[in-house]
Amino acid sequence: MTFVGTKEDLKVVGTRPIRPDGVDKVTGRATFGADMTMPGMLWGKIKRSPYAHARILSIDPGKALALPGVKAVITRADFPDVPPELAYIGAAPANLRDQSRNCMAKSKALYEGHAVAAVAATSPAIAEEALDLITVEYEVLPHVLEVEEAMAEGAPILHDDVFTAGLDPKPTKPSNVAKRVQFAKGDIDQGFAEAEVVIERRYTTKPVHQAYIEPHACVVSVAADGQCTIWSSSQGQFMVRGYTSRIVGADLANIRAIPAEIGGGFGGKTIVYLEPLAYMLSKKSGRPVKMVMSREEVFRATGPTSGAVIEVRLGARKDGRLTAAEVVLKYQSGAFPGSPVNQGCTCALAMYDVPNALVTGYDVLSNRPKVAAYRAPGAPIASFGVESCLDELARELGLDPLAVRETNAARDGTKAVHGPTWVNIGYLATLEATKASEHLKAPLGPGQGRGIASGYWHNAGGESSAAVHVNEDGTVTVTGGHPDIGGSRASMAMMAAEALGVPYERVRPVVGDTTAIGFSASTGGSRVTFAGGMAVTRAAEKVIDELKRRAAITWDISPEAVEWRDGKAFPAGANAGSFEPLSMVQIAAKAARTGGPISAEVQINAQGQGPGFATHICDVEIDKETGRAKILRYTAIQDVGRAIHPSYVEGQMQGGVAQGIGWALNEEYIYDKEGRLENPGFLDYRVPVASDMPMIETVMVEVPNPRHPFGARGVGEVPIVPPMAAVANAICAATGVRLRDLPMSPPKVLAAIDAREPLRAAAD
Amino acid sequence: MSKHHVSTTINGESVEFLCEPQQTLLDVLRDELNLTGSKEGCASGDCGACSVIVDGRLCCSCLMLGAEAEGRRIQTIEGIADGDRLHPVQQKFLEHAALQCGFCTPGLIVAAKALLDENLNPSEEETRYWLAGNLCRCTGYDKVIRAVLDAAAVMRGEAAE
Repeated sequence: MTFVGTKEDLKVVGTRPIRPDGVDKVTGRATFGADMTMPGMLWGKIKRSPYAHARILSIDPGKALALPGVKAVITRADFPDVPPELAYIGAAPANLRDQSRNCMAKSKALYEGHAVAAVAATSPAIAEEALDLITVEYEVLPHVLEVEEAMAEGAPILHDDVFTAGLDPKPTKPSNVAKRVQFAKGDIDQGFAEAEVVIERRYTTKPVHQAYIEPHACVVSVAADGQCTIWSSSQGQFMVRGYTSRIVGADLANIRAIPAEIGGGFGGKTIVYLEPLAYMLSKKSGRPVKMVMSREEVFRATGPTSGAVIEVRLGARKDGRLTAAEVVLKYQSGAFPGSPVNQGCTCALAMYDVPNALVTGYDVLSNRPKVAAYRAPGAPIASFGVESCLDELARELGLDPLAVRETNAARDGTKAVHGPTWVNIGYLATLEATKASEHLKAPLGPGQGRGIASGYWHNAGGESSAAVHVNEDGTVTVTGGHPDIGGSRASMAMMAAEALGVPYERVRPVVGDTTAIGFSASTGGSRVTFAGGMAVTRAAEKVIDELKRRAAITWDISPEAVEWRDGKAFPAGANAGSFEPLSMVQIAAKAARTGGPISAEVQINAQGQGPGFATHICDVEIDKETGRAKILRYTAIQDVGRAIHPSYVEGQMQGGVAQGIGWALNEEYIYDKEGRLENPGFLDYRVPVASDMPMIETVMVEVPNPRHPFGARGVGEVPIVPPMAAVANAICAATGVRLRDLPMSPPKVLAAIDAREPLRAAAD
Repeated sequence: MSKHHVSTTINGESVEFLCEPQQTLLDVLRDELNLTGSKEGCASGDCGACSVIVDGRLCCSCLMLGAEAEGRRIQTIEGIADGDRLHPVQQKFLEHAALQCGFCTPGLIVAAKALLDENLNPSEEETRYWLAGNLCRCTGYDKVIRAVLDAAAVMRGEAAE
């Protein structure tokens, strides 16, 4: 099955039509999670721990329940105990017990903001007032925040049943190190012995939040017979159904999860926080319950991604050829195990043909919110270290950083450190496009610097369902199972239109709820256009087979004697007979007489997603008075396989770059000594605004993925991988100062420059 | 505490509502009047998703009380298009793919419309600073800025609709 052909053969794929949900979104009609209401609806709010680590001694809801308008209060006692099994429902496997206890604390509050009780009342104001009337008695425990402090002997232990996995023999003492993972290739000692230069550096990153603009929100209605409807904003309606059912102890068939429009997720909405609580409040009160997080709650209790320590040692010959690489990654997981350190390890050296390598990762607990997936989870952190260090190596050797990357670049046939042997990869193509770019040739002004960095993300396939229905008038409805987070409905409609040979405007896509379409894994891992598109294309093919069969019945010839092209059935050659072609409209009009409705639904477990590679160029200028780094120019070069809707592919690249620049320059979680978050708002947690950014140039390199009918690769995540190192490398080029700790905020940049130029600092 | 009775004009229509003294204009729009196009992203005036135009001036509806709407003329995202005819900013957002998730889009469109009401020929830099109060986490702003500048050109009669 392939529709790739040459690009010129494609009529719809590769064009830039207006997205089908666009008008609703520019007129305010689109319905997001918080926009839903129901008759008789109550408002739910959550009481959260003010302590970073505390034993919960007692919870007394008595005074809250006495407040007029309060209809229900829930605590951990209302939830069943869930066994600690791993469930593969969202973007990454989650431990159901941990997920349940993250939604509502059991015996201990493990971070400031951990939910300890919830209330439902007739208005948001009454619910808020009731929270203060719930009395919780705590025994405050010592807490730990930083990754290496949490790993140290004698650190406060979060869970007495967590023993470091991945060690032999199995440890006998509980530890905050939940897991150690290791990937090795060749002989690391031999590799460093062969090196003519060795550099060893340490880098750090801070936790950063996905910072979707839409806070988590849902409305849940549980009827007396146990049937439940959930409207919520998430990256997967099947994920919401799956986790909620297990956490509250309900059958899947009794839960209908309806996906609202989603106001950004970036991985942070691949798990549940509110739905199980709203379920219990609704069940207890007998009324629908709406819950909407405040921005402060989003910061204190959801996301972020890990803060980390990254140690990199590179050995190379004088010509820049790497002989050995050792990487150690220590990632914060937050209050429960499960940081993205595994992906950090696999992505760290994936771009390079390193003969001898050792990558070790540690998944480390601390009294912070449990980390959630964030765009290419784990990869940007590891790459900040490796891509910065490679730049340092190139400078040490007096070589061009781009040339060093070319010398060591993984090619088809290279065996990656983490196992796979690469086929059909586009990393070198991105380096060649970088060399050829206008940007790289443009002159720099005084005090300006240019950096480059590359990135890799494995992308994902997996389970997807899609249905294609030919309506009675010959128009087409496409039903998918993936929430549309950035224009995927347009891509689905385009691929269906291309396969069927009909105009894009005649195909309307919808995102089905859990009762309208078969199981589909979440929108995550850059998988929707790849896996969802594959399902849509296969469903369209089945519909074409059926349309041919209907034409054959009409003409009284064999279906094999019918061919489908340009949206019409034709007799296949002179032997088939002489008939006027039949259009989709004509076949649909007669469907009742030729066998009934024409539809096909397809379920797949998509394989062969094809990895994504990118190389970025960044120009900066430093204000030596304030230390502010201004991004002057930025170009993202990426192998996109084939761009289905190029505007939305560019949009993914530009959005990833902007998030990466925020991570590089400004964003960080700041805690006080008691372990309380000090900047839970957009004023103090500073994401990039329009005036911080230049235009972001994009170069889409197309190395088609042979495993997808149109050659698509995932494109959404890899663009956040290179920016932090690209910015750091540019700052170094501009100032001669190497910054190894994120964020490279103005005070840090200024201090680094002053340390290097003490005379100037003294004069100031 | 008794509710306030407020008479105001929203998107050209006279509207009366009752609100609690602590309810913001955003709360009233969303929860009392079912105008859910204005979004709450922060409730502190930092994200701009709730942007509305009050007596010709751009403001965050989360920073204004519902009671303060008395006697004002308020324009929300629901009133930017002229019936089924989209405003040039809305049309150019669609053509330039200047939205991904679409959550910040109502606020950005209201803010951009307020800019062009005041200045039909903004520079890129002026547009970036004007929209600096509207956070978008998806697009990196590139296509948003292009859409607004293109809409301005349309409104000046220099570019095709």
